Amino acid sequence: MPSPSHEPDYSPDHPHDHSHASSTLSPMELRVRALETLLTRKGYIDTAALDRIIETYETQVGPHNGAKVVAKAWSEPEFRAWLLKDATSAIASLGFTGRQGEHMVAVENTPSQHNMVVCTLCSCYPWPILGLPPVWYKSAAYRSRAVIEPRKVLADFGLRLPEATALRVWDSTAEVRYLVLPLQPEGTQGWSEDQLATLVTRDAMIGTGLALAPPSPAQVSA
Amino acid sequence: MNGIHDMGGMQGFGRVQIEPDEALFHTPWESRAMAITVAMGASGQWNIDLSRSARESLPPPVYLSSSYYEIWIRGLEKLMLERGMVSHAELQTGSMQQAPIAIAHVLRKETVDAALKTGSPTHRPAASTAQFKVGDSVRARNLNPQGHTRLPRYVRGHLGTVQAVHGAHVFADQHASKPMPPFDDTAQWLYTVVFEGTELWGPGSDALLQVSVDAWESYLEAAAP
Repeated sequence: MPSPSHEPDYSPDHPHDHSHASSTLSPMELRVRALETLLTRKGYIDTAALDRIIETYETQVGPHNGAKVVAKAWSEPEFRAWLLKDATSAIASLGFTGRQGEHMVAVENTPSQHNMVVCTLCSCYPWPILGLPPVWYKSAAYRSRAVIEPRKVLADFGLRLPEATALRVWDSTAEVRYLVLPLQPEGTQGWSEDQLATLVTRDAMIGTGLALAPPSPAQVSA
Repeated sequence: MNGIHDMGGMQGFGRVQIEPDEALFHTPWESRAMAITVAMGASGQWNIDLSRSARESLPPPVYLSSSYYEIWIRGLEKLMLERGMVSHAELQTGSMQQAPIAIAHVLRKETVDAALKTGSPTHRPAASTAQFKVGDSVRARNLNPQGHTRLPRYVRGHLGTVQAVHGAHVFADQHASKPMPPFDDTAQWLYTVVFEGTELWGPGSDALLQVSVDAWESYLEAAAP
């Protein structure tokens, strides 16, 4: 658990320091520690607030939120229509709002068109429904290539689209954030929303993957 | 600015390196760096566009050789140094050598949840009617401003089609033009503009590719289809 104290706690048994002895701290570890200490002493930050921010993204906000949105859209045609028309409101109705998701747009995959999201200029990403972005999303390789050779980028993820499938890339250059609504896997009609949500991966909602196929009947009966 | 951050269409960065079961943070300092940056963003001493501007104007070799959260920290240090909130010596030692300046807001634990849940919406009432509508042909202007911009190089000069009108949003370039509050939060109409892949990347490129950007009105001019 994060420390509730208002002074940074860098004792060796503190969770922020679980793997490093002080003699082996990296330059960035030292730099950030010095910064946190300084800003706390100056009264610019509240260490307890930092702990709360970290806790929020470690335990509450993540791709499981987006998976609920997608599962509901697959299950309820009315919600799906609302999501595609006004994603900000539809997503907010499930309690997912705020920082880096203030203005949402959902884009649906179809059998003939696949959608994929990038931020070529930085790392814009829908935090309330997907959490913090993975390293690859922020990497030069992804940001540079997603708009010029997205099919090859998808191949890096092991996703090979049929050649006849059109590819639509959304570069998040303003404050609109995008959610890809993946195709519902075959054989999952009638599943509950909770069951469906287990098939919705983070990458499927970015467009670098597809929703998972349901387990085969043999696995289900096992 | 035509900075190193504007990466769309660049070549030579290699495969996308995908880390299986990637951890949310790779080292303890990354989580602290993220939280410090978010908390300081609430100080009111700058805005998100100034923050982006600080990161993207790092020297290109520094930007390319820094990890993501390292870029955040370097950008944050720069913002605070520019405003006299900290000194170089203080950053090096972590010990306070000069009095803090008055800041508009300190994010407290009790207000974190509300702040994250609210965010900073950029939608504003429109002061004018929209110049473009869905289906209009537009050309991204050939703009090369010294300051912050969200018009990526790879679409400049290219012909596209308006696919969505998002209402008026705080114009990022102008929002980053004044270093200190009160910031200029003038809004402009914001559009999703879609480009054919072949328009952007030339003959022989992927004929079934379309790429869109979200573009403020002043990035665009009317064009014959």
